[in-house]
Amino acid sequence: MIRLEGARTLFAKEILRFWKVSVQTVAAPVLTAMLYLLIFGHVLEDHVQVFPGVRYTSFLIPGLVMMSVLQNAYANSSSSLIQSKVTGNLVFLLVTPLSHWAWFAAYVGASVVRGLAVGAGVLAVTVWFAPPHLEEPGWIIVFALLGAGMLGTLGLIAGLWAEKFDQTAAFQNFIIMPMTFLSGVFYSVHSLPPFWQAVSHLNPFFYMIDGFRRGFFGASDVSPWLSLAVVGGSFLAVSALALRLLARGYKLRT
Amino acid sequence: MSVAVEFEEVVKTYAVPRGTLRALDGVSMTIEQGEFFGLLGPNGAGKTTLISILAGLTRAASGRVRVMGHDVVDDYAAARRSIGVVPQELVFDPFFTVRECLRIQSGYFGLRRNDNWIDALLAGLGLADKGDVNMRQLSGGMKRRVLVAQALVHRPPVIVLDEPTAGVDVELRQALWGFIAGLNKQGHTVLLTTHYLEEAEALCGRIAMLKQGRVVALDRTANLLAGTASTMLQFKTDDALPPEVAARARITGRIAQVTAHDAAEVEALLGQLRRAGVRIEDLEIGRADLEDVFLEIMQRETVS
Repeated sequence: MIRLEGARTLFAKEILRFWKVSVQTVAAPVLTAMLYLLIFGHVLEDHVQVFPGVRYTSFLIPGLVMMSVLQNAYANSSSSLIQSKVTGNLVFLLVTPLSHWAWFAAYVGASVVRGLAVGAGVLAVTVWFAPPHLEEPGWIIVFALLGAGMLGTLGLIAGLWAEKFDQTAAFQNFIIMPMTFLSGVFYSVHSLPPFWQAVSHLNPFFYMIDGFRRGFFGASDVSPWLSLAVVGGSFLAVSALALRLLARGYKLRT
Repeated sequence: MSVAVEFEEVVKTYAVPRGTLRALDGVSMTIEQGEFFGLLGPNGAGKTTLISILAGLTRAASGRVRVMGHDVVDDYAAARRSIGVVPQELVFDPFFTVRECLRIQSGYFGLRRNDNWIDALLAGLGLADKGDVNMRQLSGGMKRRVLVAQALVHRPPVIVLDEPTAGVDVELRQALWGFIAGLNKQGHTVLLTTHYLEEAEALCGRIAMLKQGRVVALDRTANLLAGTASTMLQFKTDDALPPEVAARARITGRIAQVTAHDAAEVEALLGQLRRAGVRIEDLEIGRADLEDVFLEIMQRETVS
């Protein structure tokens, strides 16, 4: 019971932390996604059609929602950890009896909440531009949860590894952002030349967005079950790594 | 009495550019329950490293550490519930108010409804009107008090204070010691590191002195004071001291201090000064304090 209460406290604290600055952590990314939609939707609406009968703006929305979910889930755990490390207040957590499971569940759980909060915000404001299709909503929930969990876990790993703010930012700018942008947020990978299609299929982020989009349109580049297997497997792999690092006290207990 | 804290052959090494540094070189000692124990030593002696291992913030290369019988590695959860650590650095979480910080810290230890104790801590540390103030808005002294409160939310039997009064004004220092002494009277074990030797002398029943990662003295404070030079000669002079006196004197501006074991040694010292023609003013002869003992032990260890 003590461990559950400890994990619950850390989870609640992590949520309160981003909620207290929600203009920056929730409202700002919603505005960014809306700007993407306005500009790309306006410019490309009449030039691109990915799925038959689906407007480009409609096609774009799920990708933007998922991109926001992923980036914010990553940002939550990575920025919280690196802030606590740099300011030194991580010591308050290190002296507690919390297990590595509690750390993992709380940091990743709060990241999922932030990711979903921003994703829901983006979806809510974009409804005005194009009413969403909700063909297979189960996939929407599954891929939103798994994608947020995976990025929250990657953020946790980056936060453990980094010693300075610019290192978590570099991880974000040089790994997370390119993998997100090259995963088919703004396009279907079927519109790419065969070589780049094959490369895209090596990117786990592609399966997150493709599976997520499947829930909206009932159509996808690959089978949602394949996407589930890839994303689920990736999530398990990064979770195992994060738990191992936490249990060892990697860069926490030197 | 039973044991509160036990260090057994604790070794800690750090990789440095040329080889390894032994920050702790086989430290063994035992602190009994209910003791007010002082850990002294110059900067870099290994005090904070030792405390960090005790708190689970750092891992020893070898050796064992137990708190209230719980190994700090194998049984870390029970060990950490038994100990409250006030860190040396003035750290705080800028997102929260004082009360939020204390509630969160309680929650980490599995305590959901802890407000009665939190109120008692706030009152005891002079923070009663600061509960709803954000941590960022507190002065340094107030932040220090919150650090003490955070270390005590789970009522740990062992309290560790790492340089708690560094840079703290006299009023807060008195208030803090009053509060900690009260907890010690109630049976809490207190382990203190400090640079203020008069504090250690006044508060600690037993003292260990660390130097270069080794325990160089460990005894009751009274025995330490009695076992070394017990007399302190202090005077002012503008003249150069003869070399045999200068070698053992502590000189601060015009003031010179020299320790002696007994009256005969005092006489001999004064004789040396007279023969050298040193004119002295304001001669005082008093009892040596812990600072003198400390310096003597540290010097002796350098020579040996």
